Amino acid sequence: MAGRATVVTGVVTVALAIAGAWLPTWALFLLTVALGKGLAVLGLVFLMRAGLVSFGQGLYYAAGAYTVGFLSDRVGIHDIFVAITAAAIVAVALAALVGLLMVQYREIFFAMLSLAFSMILYGLLVKNEAFGSTDGINVAPPAFAGMTLGLPGLRIALYLVVIAICVVVVYAAHRYVLSPLGYLAHAIKDGEVRVEYLGASVRRAVYAKYLVAAGLAGVSGALVSLAVGHIDPEMAYWTTSGEFVFVAVLGGTGGVLAPLLASVVFEVGRSFASAYSPYTWQLTLGVVMLLVILFLPRGLWSLLEVRGLARQR
Amino acid sequence: MNVVAAIAVDGTIYAAWLFVMSVGLSLIYGVMRILNIAHGSLYALGAYAGASLVIAYVNHGYPPYLSYLVLFGAALLVGLIAGPLIERGVLRWAYGRDEIVLLLVTYSVFLILEDVTKLIWGVNAYNASQPYALLGRVSVAGLVYSVYDFMVVGFAVLVGAILWWVFNRTHAGRLILAVIHDQEVSLAMGINVPRMYLAAFTGGAALAALGGALTAPMISVVPGISVEVIVLAFAVVVVGGLGSLEGAALGALIVGLARSASVHLLPQIELFVIYGVMALVLVLRPQGLFGRAEVRRI
Repeated sequence: MAGRATVVTGVVTVALAIAGAWLPTWALFLLTVALGKGLAVLGLVFLMRAGLVSFGQGLYYAAGAYTVGFLSDRVGIHDIFVAITAAAIVAVALAALVGLLMVQYREIFFAMLSLAFSMILYGLLVKNEAFGSTDGINVAPPAFAGMTLGLPGLRIALYLVVIAICVVVVYAAHRYVLSPLGYLAHAIKDGEVRVEYLGASVRRAVYAKYLVAAGLAGVSGALVSLAVGHIDPEMAYWTTSGEFVFVAVLGGTGGVLAPLLASVVFEVGRSFASAYSPYTWQLTLGVVMLLVILFLPRGLWSLLEVRGLARQR
Repeated sequence: MNVVAAIAVDGTIYAAWLFVMSVGLSLIYGVMRILNIAHGSLYALGAYAGASLVIAYVNHGYPPYLSYLVLFGAALLVGLIAGPLIERGVLRWAYGRDEIVLLLVTYSVFLILEDVTKLIWGVNAYNASQPYALLGRVSVAGLVYSVYDFMVVGFAVLVGAILWWVFNRTHAGRLILAVIHDQEVSLAMGINVPRMYLAAFTGGAALAALGGALTAPMISVVPGISVEVIVLAFAVVVVGGLGSLEGAALGALIVGLARSASVHLLPQIELFVIYGVMALVLVLRPQGLFGRAEVRRI
């Protein structure tokens, strides 16, 4: 278990955490947002390992973000840990309900039905004045267990929280992937009927994956909303979910670090694209996605695997 | 009473538009088992091509009544260029992979076409309302409608009738129908399935572009119109059953009436109602109202 991958991960984590003190503001912000979003992608990857592509993770991403926004703006709870926990609970609760329906569908039906649900939330958010309509809500800077911090300290604290959550999640995800439920994903993708014959419940496995994915998306939405300081209905829009799908495809489903890595690559790419060539960003995304699908079906991660760095499946 | 009439008229007009806009998606899915997300971009391409050509046409001072033909020609042009280009250039490399991978491929094509549209036409709005205003207005049940709206209804019926005729009365159409029902047996019987793929995708692309061209005079053509369309088209097609012509028509009618009813009675739930109908149909009858149930998995 404590193989090279674990060591590399540990070293990278410590290096990232320490680097936080020296990184320029823009890089700190970029990494915070990228890793935050990466968590939602990681959840999506769990689903994709079972052959399910959700075009509606924006639903839980926005649910998490709006929970934080609501708590901060309307209730007056600013504590970051309370906010994140609440976001996760709301997202999972919502998924527990929607998931009952979703587990019956596969492939494009799963994709498009999840999309439809996220669009319903988008519609509700846009029309609802109480949630700020199209303008969204501003999210006040969070407090850390009672402490409020000034701007530079706040940025670093947020960054460290994101890193800490990522470490916990990546470790849990790593254990999960190697658990019976994790292995079941491949089996479900390859031959669902056979899985049932072997005595495992596909429905229950998919439901569990759906809840996990939703919880991660909720946490992700919470972290990004706290980092950005603003939320709007765009977070539930299907282009947001499409971005998650893109990053998941880019990283590949081979390893639990892949989504986080791909997310950082994606955000860096977007920053440079918006600086140098803002009108061809989607064009670039499309071309890159085509190339990845056709020539690198297991994503950027498979490039690392070749070099033996990522043997953790 | 008046409200009921208004709902019926509005609903029919909206349903006609939905049908023209979404039938191409159903055709492509039926033949190729590909859910074409780029459908929305093809719609947008049709709208842009239609709007810009009509504007150029009207500015030259040619007879305005022929501008409808210009719209039609624009759609055909987009379909004939973009259809084969996408099918031969991109899609065929991914044939044989999972349906969901092909979905991702068309999503990539969608992203590419979004920017291509912006690069060709810029980000400014195109208003080509001449064909819309040309036919004047008419009052029905106390509400004023543009005659163009009713022309769209007539046109939708015409498109539906032509497609029905092609599928049921012509040789080529029957071949396509055979491919829809069973691709392997069709191949074994000597049908050139790859050619049918090309034909179906080009046809579907042209229909998508036609939907856009037809809509162009009614709206201001701006970036972003493609995004709403794809979700809407999918909802319509799923309600009726993917890959079924009758299904697309019935789905359009149901969604159209449901939406216009909500607009008149309870406008807050307008956005919700379309997806609500779709979710309801998927729960009760996952293959859609006209779809064939598959043995395993939906």
